[in-house]
Amino acid sequence: MTTLTAGRASAEVPGRAHRLWRLARRNPSALLGGLVVLVIVVVAVVAVFWTPYGPLAVFPGQALLGPGPHHLLGTDQYGRDLLSRLMSGADPTLLSSAGAVLIAGGIGIPAGLLSASRGGMVSELIMRLADLIYSFPALLAAITLVAVFGASTITATVAIGIASIPAFARVTRSASLTVLGTDYVLAARAYGRSPLAILRRHVVPNILPFIIVQSSLLLSVTVLAVAALSYLGLGTPPPAATWGGMLENAQNYLYQDPLMAVWPGLAIALCVLGFNALGDGLRDLLDPTLRPRE
Amino acid sequence: MSRFVLRRLVTVVLTLWAASILVFAVLNILPGTPAQVILGTQATPASVRALTIKLGLNQPLVWQYLHWIQGLVTLHLGNSYISGQPIAPELGAALEVTAPLVLLGLLVGLLIAVPAGILSALRHQRTSGAVLAAATQVGIAIPNFVLGILLIIVVAVDLRWLPASGFTPWSTSVGGALQSLILPSVSLGLVEGAILARFVRTAVLGVLRADFLRTARAKGMRTGQALIRHGIRNAAVPVVTVLGLELSGLIIGAVVIEAVFTLPGVGSLLLSSVANRDLILVQDIVMLVATAVVVTNLLVDILYRVIDPRIGLRS
Repeated sequence: MTTLTAGRASAEVPGRAHRLWRLARRNPSALLGGLVVLVIVVVAVVAVFWTPYGPLAVFPGQALLGPGPHHLLGTDQYGRDLLSRLMSGADPTLLSSAGAVLIAGGIGIPAGLLSASRGGMVSELIMRLADLIYSFPALLAAITLVAVFGASTITATVAIGIASIPAFARVTRSASLTVLGTDYVLAARAYGRSPLAILRRHVVPNILPFIIVQSSLLLSVTVLAVAALSYLGLGTPPPAATWGGMLENAQNYLYQDPLMAVWPGLAIALCVLGFNALGDGLRDLLDPTLRPRE
Repeated sequence: MSRFVLRRLVTVVLTLWAASILVFAVLNILPGTPAQVILGTQATPASVRALTIKLGLNQPLVWQYLHWIQGLVTLHLGNSYISGQPIAPELGAALEVTAPLVLLGLLVGLLIAVPAGILSALRHQRTSGAVLAAATQVGIAIPNFVLGILLIIVVAVDLRWLPASGFTPWSTSVGGALQSLILPSVSLGLVEGAILARFVRTAVLGVLRADFLRTARAKGMRTGQALIRHGIRNAAVPVVTVLGLELSGLIIGAVVIEAVFTLPGVGSLLLSSVANRDLILVQDIVMLVATAVVVTNLLVDILYRVIDPRIGLRS
């Protein structure tokens, strides 16, 4: 009898790893996205310490080579190794996009919490400010800031981060409002907990899934914006390797060496696809109610 | 309806007013005179002073701001700091490229999104539907400028069907102008179309399960007939909402696409004015783009109330 109950219990509540695996199988897009993101992060970390050649090393006799045994992806017009540049280009892309998401979350999440818990004029003011920022798309904000402060990794990161604040503020606010309307929050209030304690103990843990999903989805947007900015020459300045910059440079040699443009293009698309699929998949896994009905 | 439109118009004007203060503040945040930048490092202090007074830059910031706003509202945009040319005609010429580009991009997006979305919804249990859904997922991930370059490689470099870059003015040849906009608008519209297709799919799937559609089927209508008769209007509401977001995406995407195809549009003008530090021109174009985004959102707000009268007009 005892063993029977134990057996049933373990069938109903399988181990964590097993459950994760089952979820991943049910949701291949999350798995695929997670894998792509993992590979890109690993490449970015490796590139800090090692690339086949220096990303800035020039080999004058070996310009514009196609893929070959010495340079796996070929070389650019200065004879710089494309694989090395592609690898080290992952660093500014990830740093900038993650930095932007951190800035956006660091301001947007507290703003959303404040707006949800205070209500009234404060809430109105915060949300109108969010609307105002929202009328400046990330790229437009970045171009404006670059006009004033000049092109740099930091300008691009800050600009994209500020433009992404409303995305976090809105998600945080609407998720927090749902939590704040529940009976257990009412009970906590009746018990005499301070608003801050309620936010910390009840609201933040409950809205965390939304924030994780939003971060992943937002990362796909910021990766794209970072790449677009460096393509336009408004991001991390050359000669440092960036995917957008490599693409822009390759565009001058489309007739001689079209493959040179394909690699950075592929890297950008994969990175966006990875974060997007991961975010979509996580949303399905963490909150089934958000899933579009099929 | 008119009361709703009026209220939203007031909000739009207030938003744009706040936006103008923000833009002006950001672009005038740094000390240092534009006159110095214009004349270069070898300019004598006297000539810098003379130009500063001529441009009105010695006036208080509030005066400069009001002067700028007055110019914007009356469309007297003044002259570029750098070239000295009047801004309005230059911006007008650029709009002749950008406006058609955005509209064509929208057209391409809709031509892809609507059929692909409906088809993948109708066949969502078959392989063809799944393939379409997967294709839109991949389409979303390809940035428009990457797609643009890939299109240049295939269509312009390999096949030599269309020009790789540049723009034939409308006055020279309408056909030529349209031809130079084909690749740019396809690169612009394809990605937005892929995003939109997913929303069309979800919306149609929702409608397919609705009771009123089952009733229509029970009356003897075929699925296609019922969908056209009762489904479209119901599925359109969420799609139009997303369409608004997509339009802002198209407007800002045009900036990048113009750089890819070296089209002399508003985006190229913005980038060159940033490079030249022609701040007055930057200020004007940023306001123009922000206005386009805000007004587009207003139009979409009105449009989906027209499509679905059930949506409260006062909220």
